[in-house]
Amino acid sequence: MASQPPVLPATSSQSLSLFERQLKAQRRDKRLSTLVSLGLFLIVLAWSIEVSGFAPSVLLAGLPRFGEYIHLTLPTLSLENLLANTDTKGSIPYWFFNFRHYVVLLFQTINMAILATLVSFVLGAALSFPASRNLAPNRLTYLLARRGLEIARSVPDLVWALLFVWAFGIGPLAGIVAIIVHSTGALGKLFSEINENIPMSPLEGIRATGASWFQEMRYAVLPQVMPLFLSNVLWRFESNIRQSSVIGFVGGGGIGEELYLVIVRNYYEEVSALVLLIVLTVTCIDLLSAHVRHGLIGKERLA
Amino acid sequence: MLILESLGKQFDGRAAVDRVTLRVARGQMLGVIGRSGAGKSTLLRMINRLVDPTSGLIRHDDRLVSALKGRELMRWRAACAMIFQQFNLVGRLDVVTNVMLGRLNRHGFLGSMAGAFSAAERAVALQALDRLGIAQTALQRAETLSGGQQQRVAIARALLQEPEILLADEPIASLDPRSSKLVMDALRRINRDDKITVIVNLHDLDIARAYCDRIVGLANGSVVFNGAPEDLDSQALETIYGHDVETGSLLDEPRRPTDFRVWAAA
Repeated sequence: MASQPPVLPATSSQSLSLFERQLKAQRRDKRLSTLVSLGLFLIVLAWSIEVSGFAPSVLLAGLPRFGEYIHLTLPTLSLENLLANTDTKGSIPYWFFNFRHYVVLLFQTINMAILATLVSFVLGAALSFPASRNLAPNRLTYLLARRGLEIARSVPDLVWALLFVWAFGIGPLAGIVAIIVHSTGALGKLFSEINENIPMSPLEGIRATGASWFQEMRYAVLPQVMPLFLSNVLWRFESNIRQSSVIGFVGGGGIGEELYLVIVRNYYEEVSALVLLIVLTVTCIDLLSAHVRHGLIGKERLA
Repeated sequence: MLILESLGKQFDGRAAVDRVTLRVARGQMLGVIGRSGAGKSTLLRMINRLVDPTSGLIRHDDRLVSALKGRELMRWRAACAMIFQQFNLVGRLDVVTNVMLGRLNRHGFLGSMAGAFSAAERAVALQALDRLGIAQTALQRAETLSGGQQQRVAIARALLQEPEILLADEPIASLDPRSSKLVMDALRRINRDDKITVIVNLHDLDIARAYCDRIVGLANGSVVFNGAPEDLDSQALETIYGHDVETGSLLDEPRRPTDFRVWAAA
């Protein structure tokens, strides 16, 4: 301490070698942990393949049958009769003879998705506030809201539908309620993560005026998060359209019921007609909603 | 009369505010000065209960403020408005709505959830904005305004609360000198014309001297000075700001090119 060497050169060479040593140690540690996690991952992968019976041989053997089924469902179209009436074999109208029925069911399916999305948007938004760590009025409501949303979200909507079909009977109501419950859970979680990233100073400003917790949420949080809520709910709508078209498999109404029917009865041509219609509709709605979503985000950037 | 009795606040065992006893007469304009970290902000936040005191009492007339809960507490906050260094407006709402938010305490649950403000409230809000000289910004989003304008919107919001006390926590610390003058002038006008008690945290000594009836100096959470601006001599300043290089220049002649006392007198 008493007689120190010239400070700068001594310190720098010493600290440089210390730095090099620390760097090497850090790199060694990092390599080790990477290797360990890679090993663990491979073990888990092997185990899960064993348990699930995921065998490439079965996969390869099954592939031709896959094509076989698709081939069966393909309609026999003849070029000269392509646009003839519904009674002529080989025409498109013959293939889609049940078109009107399908359109009604598709319309029902889309409406199920719209209704379910609207309701779950309102419920998910309302529940996202108590489920946000920074906004919850107390720990108990936070935990209740959080767990509630987790349960709603972790049970797939097809399983919820089974439950509601048992309660309300077969039909769109059960399907709508099932989708509402599941997407409320999903949206509530997403929304609460959005809420957790907002600046808190406007809340303080509102609280200082003597406002209640609800008023704080309404006036200090909602205006900040609304654009993000909207773009997320549109994304959810796309997924709800897909869900509402299969929820009929378990009796939840919509076009899924018809699809299930023609599949189990082996009405092959109708399967392809229905699947084609569903894919076209879902694609159109996806494109439309993506367009609206990007519009929303774009406008946000400009403002 | 606002009375603080041995008021204290501990953060992790450290006293941010330590046994502060203070009386603020109705209609007074009180400046609180001190270094950053002296406890000015915590003191103000305790008065309208954004921060709960760990010891001591707050009284206002016959109200025991430090014991208020629920609706009573919200009513107190409405009567004890506050403005902030960072303005704390809702940037995405327009200015006139921000101002009307000062009335939330008088709205019921359903009305306020629906966002229903009356035409009368809009009129009062516009009047308040006009009084502060920014009525032309009423329909703009608050976040598009300059700092000085935003702080005046915050003052307009406070006015709509029709408060008895107005707390201002470093209201001009992020503003340029011209905006600072506008804001300080507005605070003093409100104090004089509306007989609203104003308690303002300032770190600028010249401004505190120019605008305040009385000055309280805080150091390490305790009151070390309490008196008229003219009693604030170099010895008092040393107890408030301590004696070190950083604050040394404060004790010299005013180093600012602009003299706020001239402005304030204008």
